[in-house]
Amino acid sequence: MVEFLGIYVYPTLWTVFYIACIVGPLLGSVAYLTLAERKVIGWMQYRKGPNVVGPFGLLQPMADGLKLLLKETIIPSGANRIMFVAAPMVTFVLSLIAWAVIPFDSGLVLADINVGILYLFAISSLGVYGIIMAGWSSNSKYAFLGALRSAAQMVSYEVSMGFVIITVLLYVGSLNLSAIVEAQSGGFWNWHFFGLLFPMFVVFFISTLAETNRAPFDLPEAEAELVSGYNVEYSSMTFAMFFLGEYANMILMCGMTSLLFLGGWMSPFDFVPFTWVPGPIWFAVKIAFCLFVFLWIRATFPRYRYDQLMRLGWKVFLPLSLLWVVLIAGYVVYGGKAVGA
Amino acid sequence: MAVLNMEGLLREYLPILIFLALAIGISGAMFVASMVLANQRPDSEKLSAYECGFEAFDDARGRFDVRFYLVAILFIIFDLEVAFLFPWAISLGDIGVFGFWSMVMFLGILTIGFVYEWRKGALEWE
Repeated sequence: MVEFLGIYVYPTLWTVFYIACIVGPLLGSVAYLTLAERKVIGWMQYRKGPNVVGPFGLLQPMADGLKLLLKETIIPSGANRIMFVAAPMVTFVLSLIAWAVIPFDSGLVLADINVGILYLFAISSLGVYGIIMAGWSSNSKYAFLGALRSAAQMVSYEVSMGFVIITVLLYVGSLNLSAIVEAQSGGFWNWHFFGLLFPMFVVFFISTLAETNRAPFDLPEAEAELVSGYNVEYSSMTFAMFFLGEYANMILMCGMTSLLFLGGWMSPFDFVPFTWVPGPIWFAVKIAFCLFVFLWIRATFPRYRYDQLMRLGWKVFLPLSLLWVVLIAGYVVYGGKAVGA
Repeated sequence: MAVLNMEGLLREYLPILIFLALAIGISGAMFVASMVLANQRPDSEKLSAYECGFEAFDDARGRFDVRFYLVAILFIIFDLEVAFLFPWAISLGDIGVFGFWSMVMFLGILTIGFVYEWRKGALEWE
């Protein structure tokens, strides 16, 4: 009995505790990201943003969440009920489980699998399913068109994201996320952001905007033409799950950007006052900065047209990232860069 | 030996499985909580498909632009290419110059296909 507890029960409880330590702060960040979005865009447009509920509007996300919880769940009569309810759950679940392989500090990771980046890539690819299911099962024209657009856009940019990840792998020689971060240790000049991979950082960052359906690539939810795209028919918690999933995905994509290009949990300087700050804080700061840029871009740029969006993905990013794969591979083979260092 | 490796592998992935179960549990609980807490008063108008206040003209599952298929097909080709590149990128240090040029040839052949698509206008949206 004691042995059974030691082998199975305690490790499982520990894992559950660890998962709670990821999901709790994550959902909190998502809630306050929605507030931050409204505040930042408000300030950029010389408005105040939400400031009524609580001091500086800090209780606004709670009020929004509570309101959504107490709304009626509407399942349209023409909809495919099971799939209609499953779609937001798929989106939400996928946005959560991707975090299982994210390293927050050296050794601080739930599942340190050696194909971490492949797992992340796979999970973010599966995200399309939630959207397609929602669009098809709603049996509404807006939802259907929004889902089609969204799926086409996501798969288009996923290709160049894949190539960008390959260039980083060529540099590092490992699929393990911790190893990818370790390869960038020793000060910010060693980050992949600086040097040969910089163009790939730009491609990756813009692709994450398209992948998360954010402005200026927010065509799937273009308010003016599709009302809100694939989630028109959703209300209450089913809508909230889409919303949470989308924002959690934004944070995840910023986390991926930080891990691949901005040195993850590494401090930007390798000497004392900076190395005192714990790794997870640096990681959070980098994610927060990327998220701020997301919001900044939303407040600044007008929306792309669909043909421009497709042209950028297929005719600019794809050839560029393909070329860069060959370039980096040539550099690794002929330039004498030690692989797996 | 193989058994041991398998066990280690399973142990590595077990937290992900637990995470998956918990995530499904959380999303299910959120859905059920809202169903229980909120008043549910459906009527036929409320449950009809949204179409800017009109009665829905017809079923939404009609024909749509074939270009979406085309994008999906192109995506499969290039995503498979990426899948091939993953193991190659990891082992490039071991396979060296020979591995590099084999992959350049492979990518070259795919690029010919890509140029063909481009010239044929498969990437145009007007």
